[in-house]
Amino acid sequence: MEFIKTRFNYLFGSTKGLILVAVAMIAIITAVWGMLSGPMAEMGVREVVVKTLGMDLVQAEREGRIIILYHSIAMAIIAIEVYMITSLLKMKPFFKIAINILITVGYITTMIFGMGFAYFGHNWAFHGLYIAGLTLIFFTGVLLVIALWPWNPEYYIEDEEYSRTKKGLNLERTAFFATAVTTVLSALFGAVPGSFYGNGFETFLAENIIRMPHKTVLEYSIIGHLHIMLALIAIMLTLIVGRWLNFRGIWHKLAMPLMILGTIVLNLGVWGVVTPLQPIAHMIIYVGATPSMLAALFLLIWSWGMLIRTGTAHLEKPTFGQKLSALVRDPLKFGPTWQMLFMNFTTSGIGIFMAVRLDEIFRVWPAREERIELTGHWHVLSAIIATIILMYYGDMIGLKGKIRQWYGWGLIVLSDIAFGAVTVFEMKRLFITEAEQQPLVNRLMYLMDFGLATLLLLLAIVLFWRLIDLFKSKGRWTEETDQELAEEVMQ
Amino acid sequence: MKKNILIFGLVGLFLVACGPVDLNAPIPTFETGVDPNSWVKVPAGEFYSGQHEHIESTTAYEIMVTNVTVNQYADFLNAALADGSIKFVDNEIVGFYPGDEFHGYEHEEEIRAGDWIFIPVDDPSQRVKFDGETFTPQSGYENHPMTMVSWFGAWGYCGYYGTRLPTEMEWEKAARGTDTRPFPWGEEIARENANFYSSRDPFEDMSNFGSRTSPVGFYNGKKYGDFQTLDSVSPYGLYDMAGNVWQWTGNVYEDMHYRFMRGGSKDTYEIDLRVWVRNNATPTYFSPGVGFRCVR
Repeated sequence: MEFIKTRFNYLFGSTKGLILVAVAMIAIITAVWGMLSGPMAEMGVREVVVKTLGMDLVQAEREGRIIILYHSIAMAIIAIEVYMITSLLKMKPFFKIAINILITVGYITTMIFGMGFAYFGHNWAFHGLYIAGLTLIFFTGVLLVIALWPWNPEYYIEDEEYSRTKKGLNLERTAFFATAVTTVLSALFGAVPGSFYGNGFETFLAENIIRMPHKTVLEYSIIGHLHIMLALIAIMLTLIVGRWLNFRGIWHKLAMPLMILGTIVLNLGVWGVVTPLQPIAHMIIYVGATPSMLAALFLLIWSWGMLIRTGTAHLEKPTFGQKLSALVRDPLKFGPTWQMLFMNFTTSGIGIFMAVRLDEIFRVWPAREERIELTGHWHVLSAIIATIILMYYGDMIGLKGKIRQWYGWGLIVLSDIAFGAVTVFEMKRLFITEAEQQPLVNRLMYLMDFGLATLLLLLAIVLFWRLIDLFKSKGRWTEETDQELAEEVMQ
Repeated sequence: MKKNILIFGLVGLFLVACGPVDLNAPIPTFETGVDPNSWVKVPAGEFYSGQHEHIESTTAYEIMVTNVTVNQYADFLNAALADGSIKFVDNEIVGFYPGDEFHGYEHEEEIRAGDWIFIPVDDPSQRVKFDGETFTPQSGYENHPMTMVSWFGAWGYCGYYGTRLPTEMEWEKAARGTDTRPFPWGEEIARENANFYSSRDPFEDMSNFGSRTSPVGFYNGKKYGDFQTLDSVSPYGLYDMAGNVWQWTGNVYEDMHYRFMRGGSKDTYEIDLRVWVRNNATPTYFSPGVGFRCVR
């Protein structure tokens, strides 16, 4: 009994344990449900999985199933971010405990009962529990907003190294707060239409109605919701990475006000799509996205500079090669901002290019081609977010030496091969005809599958190692039970 | 560093190693026994439309049992070129279209009255060959669906024979009948039901040219060589209402210039073969995976 109790306390009572559980849950969902589409379906693996697990896949319900799948994964990602925030930022112990408990119960309920409802017959009690899980997560968001309230003098800072007002208001905490507030409000833009469509009305995937000239307010709301939630998860993760690396100095002072401004304006633009401002909503979104992306760029500049400085501190006049070597020495510290930079080629750049040349190029092609670009674009963004989380996770579980190098570079190289291949796949019509594309498509598919499958294998090895560790009486888990991320922030 | 160069080099080599695609690779020929000149009557009445099963209705109409074939389209081109209904201009066959109402709505493009492309003549994927005077079907493709035809080219063909493109509702009713099935033949889809992406039919080679069209009416329960098909006829007796080629439909909707296609194709996964799935493109778009049939 003691054996189970101590492990349970670690897995559900400590930050690192909670993150491990969520990572494992996502890994299982990704591994199993990844076999239902794409090349796995082509190879006949899907039929085996469906039969083995007794899934009930009604053709007309595919879109609804996918929406629940996305939400199940997204809630676990949000839970991981919340665990990181409660462990990195100061807050009252009551809030920390309440937030972690509620979000854990929320995302696990969402995931288990949502997936149960979507893929294993329609037990409506499961659907109710799925909604209850989402509601708990929403409530957790409200609690987090309260816990992060930055105008409490207790959280004021005096250190000039960090972005602050004259009175001492911590602007980084304010950025966390702004992101949390806007996330909670933006969730409503999904919850309201979700309540409508979820009650047996006409569920749809946004990518299937992109070209319809007249959309209802609820349809716009869904489109706005899915865009902003992913953006907010990315913004929150950027702030988390900044805190993990102890982002400070002039770049921090420049970045945080931009982050706050960008987040608020970006959200106003997205919310605007359901108001008469809809025609100019995209312009407001661009205005908001620019400072947010600039803030991320400042984090990159600072972190690369910091890695170079600390890596060459022992050298009097480091050469370019030595600086480069210092920059890439630790893939887990270099990786997050590299992935943010890489994102510009696979996500932001593609998105901007599409927006600029939409009618001239992309809307001449069939809607299905545009759908491939859109879904590829945000799948890559989601996966980049996942890799950054896994880098932080690798650091927090104390990977060292060769294992750290293999894990870190594995994450970077394998994911970037896959994401690069996805990007070329999305844009292939720019340089190859439908009739001639197959060999290229095959090779791109091999690259994507190689990258993602090997990445999942790498993750599986780490998770297996962590599973074995749990059976040891003095395993690594015993040290992690009381560790907080704030204590491990780079000095 | 050397290791990185090696990795990137291998990746680069991997990408550029794509061999050329033989667009005129020999294609197996099969006689399906389904007459592309046959029509079936769809009675007036209500049916379940779309994924969410709205009740809609149509008047009675007749619809082609198969997609228009390469042979049929070549005959049309010869007749229409001879009587001046179409013209050969800059390696394209063009014909007159009276234009659409234009409201200048967001993303809407104006479709003016004038000559619009029916088919490209010099595209290597074009299965109707033109020697400067006469159009002839490419050998082996005679009974395959006509592809590389724009919406104008499909509209022009049907109009030339006093018929028209089906509306989306007519197309869907013809595919589905009056029950709620997702596929023309029933609830589930197997590789032997239709020509879709990587369905392992005798016409595809995924290592080279990928999927190719199959003869119209191919999935009729017959065995072709080693390949046993399932009879995948729709409730009203139509073939290829799922897979093989997307099919242009005739609706012209207000505030947009896009034309809609139904049925999925040889290039799409089976989810796009569900009867309610819509695809759309500009009316000038043509592709090896888009064809049509007519109603009257």
